[in-house]
Amino acid sequence: MELLLPGLGLLVWTLLAFLIVFFLLKSFAWKPILSSLKERETGIADAIASADKVKAEMAALKNENEAMMAKAREERAVMIKEAKETADKMVSEAKDKAKSEYDRIVAEAQSAIMQQKNAALTDVKNQVGALVIEVAEKVLSRELSNKGDQENYIKQLAEGVKLN
Amino acid sequence: MGMASKSIKTLLVAVFSIFLLLFSAKSFASDAPAGGAEKHEAGSFDPAKLIMEHIMDAHEFHFATIGEKHISIPLPVILYSPERGLTMFNYSKFNHGHDVYQGYKSEEGHIIAVNEAGEHDTTVTVYDMSLTRNVVQMFIALTLLCVLMIGVANKYKKNGAKVAPSGFQNAVEPVITFVRDEVGKPNLGHAYEKFMPYLLTVFFFILINNLMGLIPGSANVTGNIAFTIVLGVISFFVILFSTNRHFWAHIFNPPVPGFVKPILVPVEFLGIFTKPFALIVRLFANMVAGHIVITCFVMLIFIFGAMSKVAGWGFAPVSMAFTIFIYFIEILVAFIQAFIFTNLTAVFIGQSMEGAHHDEAHH
Repeated sequence: MELLLPGLGLLVWTLLAFLIVFFLLKSFAWKPILSSLKERETGIADAIASADKVKAEMAALKNENEAMMAKAREERAVMIKEAKETADKMVSEAKDKAKSEYDRIVAEAQSAIMQQKNAALTDVKNQVGALVIEVAEKVLSRELSNKGDQENYIKQLAEGVKLN
Repeated sequence: MGMASKSIKTLLVAVFSIFLLLFSAKSFASDAPAGGAEKHEAGSFDPAKLIMEHIMDAHEFHFATIGEKHISIPLPVILYSPERGLTMFNYSKFNHGHDVYQGYKSEEGHIIAVNEAGEHDTTVTVYDMSLTRNVVQMFIALTLLCVLMIGVANKYKKNGAKVAPSGFQNAVEPVITFVRDEVGKPNLGHAYEKFMPYLLTVFFFILINNLMGLIPGSANVTGNIAFTIVLGVISFFVILFSTNRHFWAHIFNPPVPGFVKPILVPVEFLGIFTKPFALIVRLFANMVAGHIVITCFVMLIFIFGAMSKVAGWGFAPVSMAFTIFIYFIEILVAFIQAFIFTNLTAVFIGQSMEGAHHDEAHH
């Protein structure tokens, strides 16, 4: 059974060849290939992981945006409402103020009028009094000789009185 | 060795390719009258001998014998004998086994020392370290392997990891990742990286030699017991060096009742050797069987042809169909056997450091 008897030469050469090929391929082929494959696989895994992360971040951002938008809308509504209220309030306040001012001005005007009227009346009274006295003086001093003249004189005097 | 039988052997080898089939069929037809010479010289057509010649190692690549002319590539003979020292010469010096050269003679392909009278000198020990066709073919295959793989590796280095593989890189990468993901990782766990260079080398070493052995006219390297013994013994040492105390404890103190131990311990101990032995025999037997089956189918043509020329021609298409079928299977087997050898080596390495796995898992 020669088939089962190993040839010494082939044994030695195979061993030698295997060892040489092993060390040659180990350092020049398998190491760079395996490290490249590993690098690529980790690269892909990292890329997928970061893509997922970015996706999650995007989703979070979108949710956040939506929440912010809703909040902004709510705030806007509130602000509009408030502004309206403020405006109404301002308008009514202004109205009230204007009315009170008007009332005050009217009251002041009336009191001023009254005051001046009173002053005028007093003045009139005083002047009338003085006039009467003056007229009476003049009448008394002229000696009433003529009745007709007298009356004309009085008329004249009376015309000379200016009620100012 | 009859010339006609050599030409028939030629046909066996040549017939592996369609082109050569046509050529050889013609030459067979023209050689038909030589059948008489065959009977005269070699007795009769001997398929078993031809098959053995095909699957065994030889000192030359023999392609054809046309008439008296041998078409072959003789290979260097390297002999060492403690008595005579180192001798190197070309096998052609033996003139196909007819001549004696420098005190050596080739007898049926075996080189023996002869004395002055030309008789076998048993006092001289000869170590035949020749570059036989198996050795030469293995060297060619491995040179090719190294060139291809280092070329691919350089491409990775040049392009970096981020560039998609291209060309031959594409063909090699899935095989490498297959060995890593289907052989290394499942069997060796997280220790796989340490063993990847060895596993990949074994896989491609076997694969390229299996495939090269399928080329018509080439030698049957992986179907040689010496080749598989070397790989098996290397596996044996790799397995042995990766063992831990749990492995040995399991062998010498298996967890069985005391009275079973005397039976189980020898069995377990023997297991250390049967594992690589199984690897050696499996690869050898599978590859040899494939080559034998293919040569047998081709041989059938000539067995029928020896009975009648018509039967030979008639059977040729059937035989060729079977040969082609088996050939495709052999291509598959080339991959499968490379995978099985590598995978089982990984399984055995995994078993030998199994305890370590459990230990590290607890860390």
